[in-house]
Amino acid sequence: MMFKPGIWSGALLGAVLTAGVAVAAGPADYEIVDGGIPKALTAQPGNAENGREVAINRKLGNCLACHAVTKLSDQPYHGEIGPPLDGAATRWSEAELRLIVVNSKKVFEGTMMPGFHTTEGLNRVAEKFEGKTILSAQDVEDVVAFLMTLNEE
Amino acid sequence: MMFDVSIGKLGRWATAAVLLGGLAAQPALAGDMKTYPAPEGHPLSEIISGYEFRTPETQALQDDDFENPAFLWVDQGEELWNTADGTAGKACADCHGNASESMKMVGATFPKWDAKNNRPVNIELQINQCRTEQMGADAWKYESSEMIGMTSFVRTQSRGEPVNVDFSEGDMEAWKAKGKDLYYTRFGQLDLACSNCHEDNYGNQIRSDLLSQGQSNGFPTYRLKWQGVGTLHRRFKGCMDQVRAKPYKRGSDEFLALEVYLAYRGVGLPVEAPALRN
Ligand code: HEC
Ligand code: HEC
Repeated sequence: MMFKPGIWSGALLGAVLTAGVAVAAGPADYEIVDGGIPKALTAQPGNAENGREVAINRKLGNCLACHAVTKLSDQPYHGEIGPPLDGAATRWSEAELRLIVVNSKKVFEGTMMPGFHTTEGLNRVAEKFEGKTILSAQDVEDVVAFLMTLNEE
Repeated sequence: MMFDVSIGKLGRWATAAVLLGGLAAQPALAGDMKTYPAPEGHPLSEIISGYEFRTPETQALQDDDFENPAFLWVDQGEELWNTADGTAGKACADCHGNASESMKMVGATFPKWDAKNNRPVNIELQINQCRTEQMGADAWKYESSEMIGMTSFVRTQSRGEPVNVDFSEGDMEAWKAKGKDLYYTRFGQLDLACSNCHEDNYGNQIRSDLLSQGQSNGFPTYRLKWQGVGTLHRRFKGCMDQVRAKPYKRGSDEFLALEVYLAYRGVGLPVEAPALRN
């Protein structure tokens, strides 16, 4: 039988198309410049240790639902939906990673990855989560700091 | 140029992902999963029962009628089948006789077009029609243990029969189309459609769960998580809850449309009720 191997090899066109477009979505304001968000969402610098927890926690990032991360191999069950995140910091700048986490659809058109700090274009959101983003601005900064430690393929 | 750089990146991680993803997926897929040819116009070339995606232990429990806990509900259904209820003082058996004959095709051919009410009915809705119109009894609540028991008993009579729903009757095609719309609509804070998980990613691990095609041939299903048997609409609700969406109501037109569409996606799969899932 056959399974499609690279369903996530979606378009990176979004990164080009949205370059320089200002967006005010979700609680924190941010500006997209050249396919990234160069300015941190919060004054407090990201904490990679916290970011690690955000990536693991099923109620927060739950990044492991879809991605494998060698650095988190102490955790059981890594997903196979998206690409492994090992070496993410060698492929993307901090600004690009911030946009991927905030709203991945601006980078990968039609991707399955949720936008973690946006409420744009959502449909029938459960009352409890209405108008809310999955991650807070500080969670985003922490997760980005953690991603920046993934510099080995 | 930005674009060129990006393609370079894409190439690198895509290759790594294919390699790793491919390897990781092997154990689950290596076992010979039984596949069936998909019906005409289906987006996939082959269809697979949810059974194939479960562990050998779970499969063994399902395979053994004495071990499969769902049979507690089937037995309850059988008892109710023979019990008179309502002002007419009749039992199901008074009209339908021996279920192993009269109900043999029901589980494989529902949802079915109901010309009188100008809509499709699933087994649950049909049971309530019989109760209110033929027996003079109260309708059962959608997820009541009586309803689940009776639906389990009825559908179990069709075990092994290939799903064979008639979409040519009435407006079945329109209901199927509505279900298809819902299937491809992204819902909830996580912004995911049924298709994202069950069409694009079946065979892939989503954290601790191995994604299946989300087929309906095993319902009603006993879930370890539920510690009981649940309806297909309960599963729909669970999937919508998972993506933090506002689910439709069990028995609603939306879920019925989805049920009609899922029946189409599973045409040819054998009915396996009552299935066992984790
Ligand atoms: C529901 C699935 C899903 C979840 C949850 C998810 N991702 Fe993703 N992610 C993807 C997919 C699929 C891609 C590939 C992009 C595409 O669609 O083309 C991706 C791509 C990425 C990339 C770029 C790929 C690379 O390494 O070069 C990064 C970085 C990333 N995700 C980080 C995260 C982080 C951090 C989280 C949690 C806060 C997360 N993802 C949660 C599905 C997911
Ligand atoms: C975030 C991923 C996700 C989404 C989106 C999703 N599901 Fe599921 N679904 C699952 C998981 C995980 C399971 C349990 C493992 C399996 O069978 O795939 C499941 C199971 C099912 C099953 C039971 C299959 C069986 O054999 O027992 C059905 C039916 C189903 N889903 C239908 C749907 C429908 C219809 C939708 C859209 C309303 C939907 N799902 C959306 C993740 C999802």
